Amino acid sequence: MDTELALAWVREIAAAVERQEAQLTELDSAIGDSDHGSNLRRGFNAVMTALDSPEPTAVGAVLAKTGATLISKVGGASGPLYGSAFRAMGKALPEEKATTAALATALAEGLLAIQQLGGAAPGDKTIVDAWAPALAAFEQAVSQGLSAAAEAAAEAADQGARDTVPLQARKGRASYLGPRSIGHQDPGATSTALIFRALAQSARTA
Amino acid sequence: MKKLINSPETVLTDALTGFAAAHPELAVDIPNRVIARAVRPERPKVALISGGGSGHEPLHAGFVGPGMLDAACPGEVFTSPVPDQMLTAAQAVHSGAGVVLIVKNYTGDVMNFQLAAELAVEEGIEVRTVLVNDDVAVEDSTWTAGRRGTGATVMVEKIAGALAERGAALDEVAAVAQRVNAASRSFAIALTAATVPAAGKPGFDLPEDEIEVGVGIHGEPGRRRERLRPANELAAEVVDTILADHDLAAGDEVIALVNGLGGTPLLELYVVYGEVQARLAERGIRIARNLVGNYVTSLDMAGFSLTLTKADAELLELWDAPVATTALTWS
Repeated sequence: MDTELALAWVREIAAAVERQEAQLTELDSAIGDSDHGSNLRRGFNAVMTALDSPEPTAVGAVLAKTGATLISKVGGASGPLYGSAFRAMGKALPEEKATTAALATALAEGLLAIQQLGGAAPGDKTIVDAWAPALAAFEQAVSQGLSAAAEAAAEAADQGARDTVPLQARKGRASYLGPRSIGHQDPGATSTALIFRALAQSARTA
Repeated sequence: MKKLINSPETVLTDALTGFAAAHPELAVDIPNRVIARAVRPERPKVALISGGGSGHEPLHAGFVGPGMLDAACPGEVFTSPVPDQMLTAAQAVHSGAGVVLIVKNYTGDVMNFQLAAELAVEEGIEVRTVLVNDDVAVEDSTWTAGRRGTGATVMVEKIAGALAERGAALDEVAAVAQRVNAASRSFAIALTAATVPAAGKPGFDLPEDEIEVGVGIHGEPGRRRERLRPANELAAEVVDTILADHDLAAGDEVIALVNGLGGTPLLELYVVYGEVQARLAERGIRIARNLVGNYVTSLDMAGFSLTLTKADAELLELWDAPVATTALTWS
């Protein structure tokens, strides 16, 4: 991954968030407080502005700046979680370009940051339920190159998000609903799937 | 949706503009969304900072002033503030004695305040964080995000604020805040749901003759739904639910807050207070101090919450200490 591809990935996330804002908000209104779509849109709009001036010149810098902007603009739970993940990924990539193996390590650092801050484990009906299987699929396909690894990760994240439907939430505001959270797809896992889908798309067209 | 707003997008900025115009005695930083005392302390003093989503007014900005908070950070409606706000607040009010962050236990608030604390420490500011988690409606803390912070926030901010005003050290102020939280329990009943301006419709549908028992302050549904009953029965249920979770016994004294959720007339809150007082008296528990009114609201939700803080001589003396904020004032 080079700087250009990193920028393309983040831009693709921003575009996808814009397209799917209503869907994310609808999922969140069922088991949360109806602001996941609008919060992420506000955050990634700010990221787009931040990345324009001046444009970062290394993969790590793109991701770190994305993370810092999300932390300072979003609020709620998704801002700190995604912000810390991108910041950790940026920190894990000190070279100008990143090999696919290095990106796998960075994605693992991102998951670690999310789990350290939010304390969620797989099965808690959160971001982790999409990120963890995506990371595993990416790691397994590293030798096949970025495009294949990213595609495998995107599919695993989609599946992971769908698999949150029968789960009962144990973290975040949905947890107050107890058994009433069962039967709904987790909005955070859904936006994570969107992030990995964006990676696959930008890797394919690079 | 009928609301006195210009637009859902500008409601927070517009409200802060009005708050600043109404209260020139406070320093309102509208772009950074920080409300702070305008006058710096003469000697180093532990600074108390709180914050949270907007829509709970007068919490927290209404409690900024001598004897209570040093600064407050309002987020978007029902969305926690961002770490930069708390850092800006800490830099504005830190006078060398450290900062206590008072955080209501919600996932977003906890994480944003944690990141803020890390930033403040990097700036050389000593920080203690106190979590408020008084809502007994959340029964199973192991499998949820834990008990929510609600009405007890008022007691924590008032009592810790009084101790900080006297020049107590950082750890002492944090300790008394934790002690007040541990001595407090709350429970709420909603008659209607809140309408978030950006959402435009109530957070949940509640039929004319039903109530939501055990609600939080963000429009999330509660423990269960019941038929509406007379105030004496509802007050008794709320008192009994709290007592079942509290170590209060006959002969104990409490500070009681009968809190309106935003859409309930004071007339009805006094009806509830009378019933609460009577029910507690039957159990031999005396209300030593009380507050009746709208202090921790949930936009336009109708209903009330009850908070009981077990009191002792030290806590009562700090409660009685002078306070001068827009929402709480006595000398």
